[in-house]
Amino acid sequence: MCTYVTNTATVAGSGYGGDDWFAVDRAVVYFDHPQDAPLDHALCIDLRGAGARVAVELDAASARRLAETILATLDHDEVRPLL
Amino acid sequence: MMAETITIKGHGGDDIEAYFARPTDGDRRPGVVVLHHMPGFDREMHEIARTFGVRGYAAVMPNLHHRYAPGAKPGDAAAAMREAGGVPDEQCLGDVQGAIDFLMARPESNGKVGVIGYCSGGRQSLLVACNLAVDAAVDCYGGHSDLAWAPDLRCPLLGLFGTEDAAPSPADVVALEEALQASGKTYEFHSYDGAGHAFFSVDRPAYRLEAAKDGWKRIWAFYGQHLKDA
Repeated sequence: MCTYVTNTATVAGSGYGGDDWFAVDRAVVYFDHPQDAPLDHALCIDLRGAGARVAVELDAASARRLAETILATLDHDEVRPLL
Repeated sequence: MMAETITIKGHGGDDIEAYFARPTDGDRRPGVVVLHHMPGFDREMHEIARTFGVRGYAAVMPNLHHRYAPGAKPGDAAAAMREAGGVPDEQCLGDVQGAIDFLMARPESNGKVGVIGYCSGGRQSLLVACNLAVDAAVDCYGGHSDLAWAPDLRCPLLGLFGTEDAAPSPADVVALEEALQASGKTYEFHSYDGAGHAFFSVDRPAYRLEAAKDGWKRIWAFYGQHLKDA
């Protein structure tokens, strides 16, 4: 199935596009047919800036682990005071 | 058979990219508009367009994502389309009308045109069949179709589905069938056990050999009946 479900988050930072870094200002997230990953469906993330993007396609379990790892890192005792 | 990337007029008179595959023997033959899947105007869909050329059809596949990233790789264009919120139905219809006009103006045209679409293109194929003048339409596992379209179907419809698909689910397929029956439309549906969405996609885990082989046979028989000269 095609999900047609797309969510966009405003972000601030940089992405590495292979040749150089570029500013990213949004993350487009969707769960649908991937371009490359050998999966029928994937959690796709496009970190986008002016004319460039960093893309990943992850299986659902990987995507959950990534999300949980991001939150665990931000919630770490040594990190929280810096936020 | 010859295949090349060309430019055609699409919705609003825009120039859009398209892929054109056809035999070169000069005989009159039907046209087919191929509507690509959600991942876009990719190598796999080019292969499908060439398959129609090999089988004796003049096939044109408009790049429905062209406007979102002209000249970009298929994955980048699909990502840009995704961020933009998808392809509007009106824009799709305009692009397909441009492809139909292109095919009908070709010297090899026998005056008949079919449409076929896969995945999101399956939904768009049904949309086209309910809004534009085509002679036969094939919907390959298009989900999220609007049952309210059914009374407007303008040509025979072939539907190819997998019973393990979630969109369209088997219940969705039955609902569409009932809507077509209620409107007295001509259709032919086949649902394959052991197959889900995208069973024609040779590069994906969803590929199902038996369903795909039978599906292609159904397509050739259906187009042979409705598009070839009497």
